Formats: sequence, structure tokens, C-alpha cells
Amino acid sequence: MSGLLQTRGLTARYGDFQALFGVDIHLEEGECVAIIGANGAGKTTLMRSISGVLVNAAEQVIFGTDLIGALPADQVMARGIAMVPEGRRLFPSLTVEENLLVGAHGRKTAGPWTLDAIYDLFPILRERRHNPGTALSGGQQQMVAIGRALMSNPRVILCDELSLGLAPVVIRDIYAALPRIRAGGASIIIVEQDIGQALKVADRVYCMMEGRVTLQGRPADLTRAEIHDAYFGANA
Amino acid sequence: MNWLDTILQGILLGGLYALFAAGLALVFGIMRLVNLAHGDLIVLGAYLVMYLVGALGINPVLAALFAAPLMFALGWAIQRLVLNRVLGPDILPPLLVTFGLSIVIQNGLQMGFTADSRRISAGPLETASVDLGFVTLGVMPLLTFASAIAVILVLNWIFYHTAMGRAFRATSDDPVTASLMGIRPKAIFAQATGLAMVVVTVAALYLGMRANFDPTIGPARLIYAFEAVIIGGLGSLWGTLAGGIIIGVAQTFGAAVNPEWQILSGHIAFLAVLLVRPRGLFPRAFD
Repeated sequence: MSGLLQTRGLTARYGDFQALFGVDIHLEEGECVAIIGANGAGKTTLMRSISGVLVNAAEQVIFGTDLIGALPADQVMARGIAMVPEGRRLFPSLTVEENLLVGAHGRKTAGPWTLDAIYDLFPILRERRHNPGTALSGGQQQMVAIGRALMSNPRVILCDELSLGLAPVVIRDIYAALPRIRAGGASIIIVEQDIGQALKVADRVYCMMEGRVTLQGRPADLTRAEIHDAYFGANA
Repeated sequence: MNWLDTILQGILLGGLYALFAAGLALVFGIMRLVNLAHGDLIVLGAYLVMYLVGALGINPVLAALFAAPLMFALGWAIQRLVLNRVLGPDILPPLLVTFGLSIVIQNGLQMGFTADSRRISAGPLETASVDLGFVTLGVMPLLTFASAIAVILVLNWIFYHTAMGRAFRATSDDPVTASLMGIRPKAIFAQATGLAMVVVTVAALYLGMRANFDPTIGPARLIYAFEAVIIGGLGSLWGTLAGGIIIGVAQTFGAAVNPEWQILSGHIAFLAVLLVRPRGLFPRAFD
């Protein structure tokens, strides 16, 4: 296996609690990969491990040819892996525009994404640019979180639970931006509980259960029954 | 008692307390660290300014300009080498460490400068005053108050109009998410403490020019600063100024009634504000 980004035998722990048991995933340049699984399957832990919020052994996360598993989050971000965290986590003291600007704090790379490009992608944010980030609706906050991650012109963007807590019509708007993000050159990993949504947008899908990858493949190659078993366990 | 005079003198005294408090508020606001050595660092700054005045034969303001980068470096180093190691979910270790720092600074100053009472001479400025007809105001208190406002304006400008300030606020909100933006919270903390020490230098300049100081007066300055910060409520530095003014006015009123009551009435005003507004006058919107 090669590719832009991969994890090799990733075994993340929170103290004594082991959350991942040898997870291997990989992402090719230009690809969109979805990670699906129930609550507690380890999806968010996987995202936190790749982004450096959780530090692991260096060789467990590989970006290009670099071993980045042991790097802290700010250095991972500087290399071009941006994250849209679960729950959006906008900075309440910052306006919408400041939230976007701070997204490029640790990596100022020229590329397709500028403040203007983000306002073109999500025009409502231009109107709300001087509002506090937290004065927005959930969907608009998610747009800010995505824009904030794009501001550094990342090579990989990790999207954790984009649709969490949002109305279906809002989710559709958010996902409508995905093709343009891919066209901008970023490879994408999305974490999603909504299996239908994930199968629709992803080139490949990993299904996780209890800290392990239980199924992987192209959406067209996977049957509903296989996904059901991988998601809930074969005996569920 | 001349009411107007008492109020005005109290407000101007509040400027000094706001200067004491601004650095404390800055550090607490960004990293939730109560620096118990803050008062002693002000005293240390006063000795540094005094030393530079003597060694270089320059006036105190110029000496403070030289002292400011040294104090920035000291704050940066203390944060990097000591405080960053103890910051965490438990608030006790940083309290203990800054308490220890306070003792080290006091004893270090006593070793270096003896326990004698000192003063930074500001020449004729010390006694200069402006006669407004109905009241006479000292030039030194006026300068102190103007400096407090200038410090707050500059800090607010840094906070709201620079990338550094944006990183300060983001880190204060959520250090983990800030690190996902490429911000290194520990580097931000070191910059913030350095900046706070520059403010401390300004406070030290006025502390040293307005009154006698010796190595042991730091903790009392810390209390005034802390009360001003709490009254202000951490929502804004203008709140800290308001807190300083409330303590200053309460003290001058207390002193006007009976000189023994000056300190006590400041503390009583602090408790009274907490009774009415437990979170201070301008609380933070998000905590």
C-alpha cells in the first residue's frame, strides 16, 4: 500500500483504554474516503490520531514518505492536513471572518482557497462575516468550520461528522460543497454516521467497529448486508 | 472632605491599580493562570528600572524603555521553562509554583538590594501639579492614569487587530482546536506572559516613582491587582480599569474619613461588588 496518507497498525489509547487496535487505512491523492461506523467505533479517535491531537508512535501515521504519528497537531497542520473537528468547535471570541483567518495561522500556502474563494463557496458567510461565529445556525457554523480548514490550502482535509445535528436539507447544502473542495486539489477523509450520505460521495469506504476496520471497499462493490454486519457486528 | 477632589484622586489612583492588574488579567484571560508572583514581578521591574537609572544615568522613562524588552524576555523564559510545565487541568500546581516564585523573587531582591526602602527619582515631576481652580491634580497621577488608558488601548489593538491577538483569543477559547489551526498553545502562552511583563514594566515605573518600595511589598500590589481583575470580570480590560477605579475611589474615600481605613475600604468595596455581581461587572460571555 502506498498513497498520500496512511495509517499502519494504528493503536491509539487514552491512558489505559485502548481505542484502536491496529487500524490500516490509506488515502490516495485526489481521493475521497469515508469512514463509517456506530458511536464508539473509533472513528473520531482515528481522526484525532491522524491530526496529532492524539500522539502515537511515529510510524503509525505516514504522510507521503514522512512518519508523522508522533507529531503534535500544529506540526501536522503545517504539513497540510487540516481538520474540521466534530461539533465544529468555532472560536466563540472570534468573528466569522476571524475564525476563517485563524485557519491559516500555521500554514500560509498559496492555493485556490482564500477568504474570497470561501465566501464564494458559502455566500451566506460573507453576509455574516462580522458576526460572532457562535451566533450562526448549526449549518452555517459547519460552513465556517469547513472554510477555516480550507484556508490553509491543505493537501488533506479531515471532516469529522459533518452532518451531526443538522437538518437533512442543510446536510445536502454542506455536501454540495464537496465536489468543489475536491476540485481545489484537496484529498478528503470524511467520518459519517449517515451511511447513505457516505456511500454517495466517497470513492472508497472503511467501516469500523470497536476500534477495528471491519469492512472496506468501493461503494458499488459493497452490499447492504455486508455493511450491516460490519457496522453492527455479524450477530446483531 | 472635598468630595470632588476625593473622587478625582481616587479615579487617578485607580489608573495605577489598573496598571498593576492589566498584566494579571492578560495572563489569566489567556491561560487561566493566577500568577501569585505578579506583584513581586512588578517590584522586580521597579528595581530593574532603578538599577538602569543609576547605571546608565538616564531618566526613568527611558530606563523603562530599556527594561521592557528585558522583562519580556524574563516573562517568556519563566513561562517556557517553568509555568508551561505545570499548566494543566489541575489548577493547584501553577498556584504553588508561582507562590514559590514569589518567595524566590522577594528573597533574591533582598540579597541583591537589601531590605532598604528605595525610590526612583523623577525630579520635579514628582511634585508638579495642575491647578484646575476647583481642584488640584498631581501630574504624576495624571500621567499614571493616561498610561493605564494607553496600555489598555494598545493591548486591545493587539487583541483585536493582529494575528497574534487572534491567536491569543483562539487559544483562550479552546487550546486543542487552536492547535489544529497550527497554533502552538505553549508558544502563545510564552508570548502572552512576555507581553504581560511589558505591562508590568509600565506599572513598575509608576510604582517606583510614586512611592517607596522594598522587596516585600509585592503581595499587597498583587491583592489590589487581583481585586481589580475580579471586579472587572475578565470580559474586557476596560472592566479591569473600572475595577481599579472602584478600589481607588473606595480607598481615597476611606482615607478621607480616617487614614486608617484606606486599605480596608478598598477591600470592603471589592466584597460589596462581589455580593451584587459575583461574576464581576463585565463577565466573559463564554466560560
